[in-house]
Amino acid sequence: MTSQEILDTLKSLCGDAVLDAKLDVLQPWISVEPLKLAVVAKALREDPRLDFDFVMCMSGMDHNNGTLGAVYHLYSMTQKHKIVIKAIVKNEDARVASTAAIWGGAEWHEREAYDMFGIVFEGHPDLRRILLPDDYPGHPLRKDFVVPEYYNGMKVPY
Amino acid sequence: MITEPRIIPTPYVTKPGAIRTSTGKTIRTDEMIINMGPQHPSTHGVLRLEIVVDGEIIVDVIPHIGYLHRCFEKHAEHMTNYQQVIPYCDRMDYVASMNNDWGFALAVERMLKIEVPPRVEYLRVIMAELQRIASHLVAVGTFGIDMGAFTPFLWTFRDREKILDLFEMTCGARLLYNYIWIGGLSHDVPPGFVEKAKEFCSYFGPKLKEFNDVLTYNEIFVRRTANVGVLPPDVAVNFACSGPMLRGSGVNFDLRRDDPYGVYDKFEWEVQVGKGEFGKVGDVWDRFIVKVREMEQSVKIIEQAVAALPEGNVQAAIPKRIRPDAGSEAYVRTESPRGELGFYVVSDGSASPFRVKARGPAFVNLSVLPEISRGCMIADLVAIVGSADIVLGEVDR
Amino acid sequence: MQEYLIGLVGEPLVAYVLMAVVPLVFILVYALVTLYMEMKVAAHIQDRVAYMRTGWHGVLQPFADILKLLQKEDIIPAQADRLLFTAAPFFVFVGTYVGFAAIPFSSGYVGADLNLGILYIVAVSSIVVAGLLMSGWASNNKWALLGSLRSAAQIVSYEIPSALAILVAVMIAGSLNLNEVSKFQEGGIFNWVVFGGPGPVVTKLLLTPFTLTAFFVLLTAGIAEANRTPFDLPEAESELVQGFNTEYSGMKFAMFYLAEYANMFLVSAITVCLFLGGWQSPFGSFMSGPYWGAFWLIAKGMFFVFVQVWMRWTLPRLRVDQLMHVSWKVMVPFMFVCIFAVGLILVW
Repeated sequence: MTSQEILDTLKSLCGDAVLDAKLDVLQPWISVEPLKLAVVAKALREDPRLDFDFVMCMSGMDHNNGTLGAVYHLYSMTQKHKIVIKAIVKNEDARVASTAAIWGGAEWHEREAYDMFGIVFEGHPDLRRILLPDDYPGHPLRKDFVVPEYYNGMKVPY
Repeated sequence: MITEPRIIPTPYVTKPGAIRTSTGKTIRTDEMIINMGPQHPSTHGVLRLEIVVDGEIIVDVIPHIGYLHRCFEKHAEHMTNYQQVIPYCDRMDYVASMNNDWGFALAVERMLKIEVPPRVEYLRVIMAELQRIASHLVAVGTFGIDMGAFTPFLWTFRDREKILDLFEMTCGARLLYNYIWIGGLSHDVPPGFVEKAKEFCSYFGPKLKEFNDVLTYNEIFVRRTANVGVLPPDVAVNFACSGPMLRGSGVNFDLRRDDPYGVYDKFEWEVQVGKGEFGKVGDVWDRFIVKVREMEQSVKIIEQAVAALPEGNVQAAIPKRIRPDAGSEAYVRTESPRGELGFYVVSDGSASPFRVKARGPAFVNLSVLPEISRGCMIADLVAIVGSADIVLGEVDR
Repeated sequence: MQEYLIGLVGEPLVAYVLMAVVPLVFILVYALVTLYMEMKVAAHIQDRVAYMRTGWHGVLQPFADILKLLQKEDIIPAQADRLLFTAAPFFVFVGTYVGFAAIPFSSGYVGADLNLGILYIVAVSSIVVAGLLMSGWASNNKWALLGSLRSAAQIVSYEIPSALAILVAVMIAGSLNLNEVSKFQEGGIFNWVVFGGPGPVVTKLLLTPFTLTAFFVLLTAGIAEANRTPFDLPEAESELVQGFNTEYSGMKFAMFYLAEYANMFLVSAITVCLFLGGWQSPFGSFMSGPYWGAFWLIAKGMFFVFVQVWMRWTLPRLRVDQLMHVSWKVMVPFMFVCIFAVGLILVW
């Protein structure tokens, strides 16, 4: 399936969730409503024409303009096609519907995005910090993150 | 910006286990929570597994990672140019540095639409496959230790040493090479490399047979690994497992063939999948044998690549300052020894990457661990962790 | 030898002490030799050379190792039960050491010429289980606890097949006294119990399959009781860190090691005494006598110690359930068949 067909199929399945799309780039992407991501994911996973069963990658993003993004690179093992799904949220209200129930592979990636960017994945089964200590202040991959001077009484920039 | 730390308690399974005796009585047993790691000998680094056990039976496993987190992604954003990221890639999966370098270089090359000279492509394949053998040798050797067989480990390290000698000859380093650069290689291979590589290929085959005799087909070893930690193919795909973990479950998928990069399409080789020869498809033995057989295939690829190695330049013409177009992004995946190694690189038009996300295969492969290890024994958990072949440098990045 | 010593020193008590010291000296010397042998054998199996710098081919390395262990700080974990923690290694070692009393090293020397020698060894070796349980419990460490429980389960299970295998030899030899059993096997290699003992050829031929089975079962069960690979689950370092001796250091740790090595020889010596002629020379009266006897017993024992080392560096480890499976579902039924068959043949 070409990316145009994927977009059309997705629009026919859950048209209200699709916000934007850019298909003429190296890796075409579709931007969707963050809180409806789980619905989109379900459609992508369960529709036999799309059948996106493999999460290649899921990354958090800080666009440095007050928005954060959750980027899903998807692949279909049966149909052999790829698509990128983006969910863009505001810094202050960083809430995205979790897809961990649909793709097991996204679970740890979403935890990592929560850890690094503070994107809260609603409906995630186990949303804890994954790489950083549980008491770490802030989310370090955000562009506005300032390295704290002290961490647990230890001076940081030595 | 400082936010309130959010600590969510670990979800324990608090139901005490019960064993029914043959007379119908129920014996209640208490569960015990054990910390396996981060200094445990068989967690392959600093992985901490919080395991809830009922005697020897595992009720639940909760992996805790991050002990080796070195802020690869943050570092990458703060480099002054793209080339500087390569040494950091080396340090991600320190057992397979060549493959990591290639992954990142390829991502940037795809963004810039650079074509690399043919000699570079061939040398990259040779290096990556040599590295794959070296990495699999570590994996199968340490897996032997996990099973209590110490001797095969030293044999595999003896053979790995030959590969490291080849790398040392090429770029002076034995572990972290910084050899594959954006648009090419740091320099050409020295004279005599090709002969040594051929020599290694002819040396390695019989040694692998020796290894199989002492470990792979050992009765005790087979009984320890067959039917243990079965990962069904649908679960493997759902959890985005890749590499030997996915192929061990019988899914015939290899990025070298199915999402081609480099010049792998010019060689004759076969993708190895687990067939469940001693138990169910997707058990620990299958994941193990896939690695062993992949080494044979890698030798085949190296032999062909070395024979067909073209002459030429080893560096494509690339701009001195790499500045991909603003907003351009690429997710490029390559087959590292552990599976799908992806780099998601985003540029904002400046000389340093705007965002680099590394998708480590070990990170994803480890996430399926709790699914497949419930209900097995402590010794089996060690086998499962060993067969997943994790490198904590890559899990934690 | 006992009478000779009493005559020599005059005081019976001193003579008894001297008698008791002989196995201890033997164990210490033997442990050094085995330490060296194990490292060298392991190294050559693994395609390397091991110690080469301390003395000629590193022969002084075991002394250096002991010296290092002596200097180590003796750490007792804060939460440990101090009394039990300290006592456990001694229980383990003593349990093995007292077993040596009934081993006839030669026709002239046996520490205690007991009528119930082999029964005594089986009995006292159970003290080891208590020591291991104590060490695991007192360490206050979950890995140590798991290790000691595994160990207790393992030793208790493997005592059944080993006792049954011992019974086969005892039935043929007609004595529980190891010295008597050794004497019984006089007259060369084909009179050893493993080949049916001295007797008519037909009986021997009929007995041999069963005695061979019993011999292998006894050896395997012995290795399991000595906690050696492939049965080293109690201290499986890849699973249980170090099992019951996780928290031990310095000399206490060395005691466990010493006990393990002593146990290796003890199980070999029992097997040799019961099935392979004990101190008897394999060539009948050639090269026999009290001194040659000691040589033969130690040589045969060391051979099986070597076999254990060889196995350790070749085989992977079993899993707990497989371990129990081997003991209860394979060895015990086989041994019942053997005992029944041997009994029938002997009566007939």
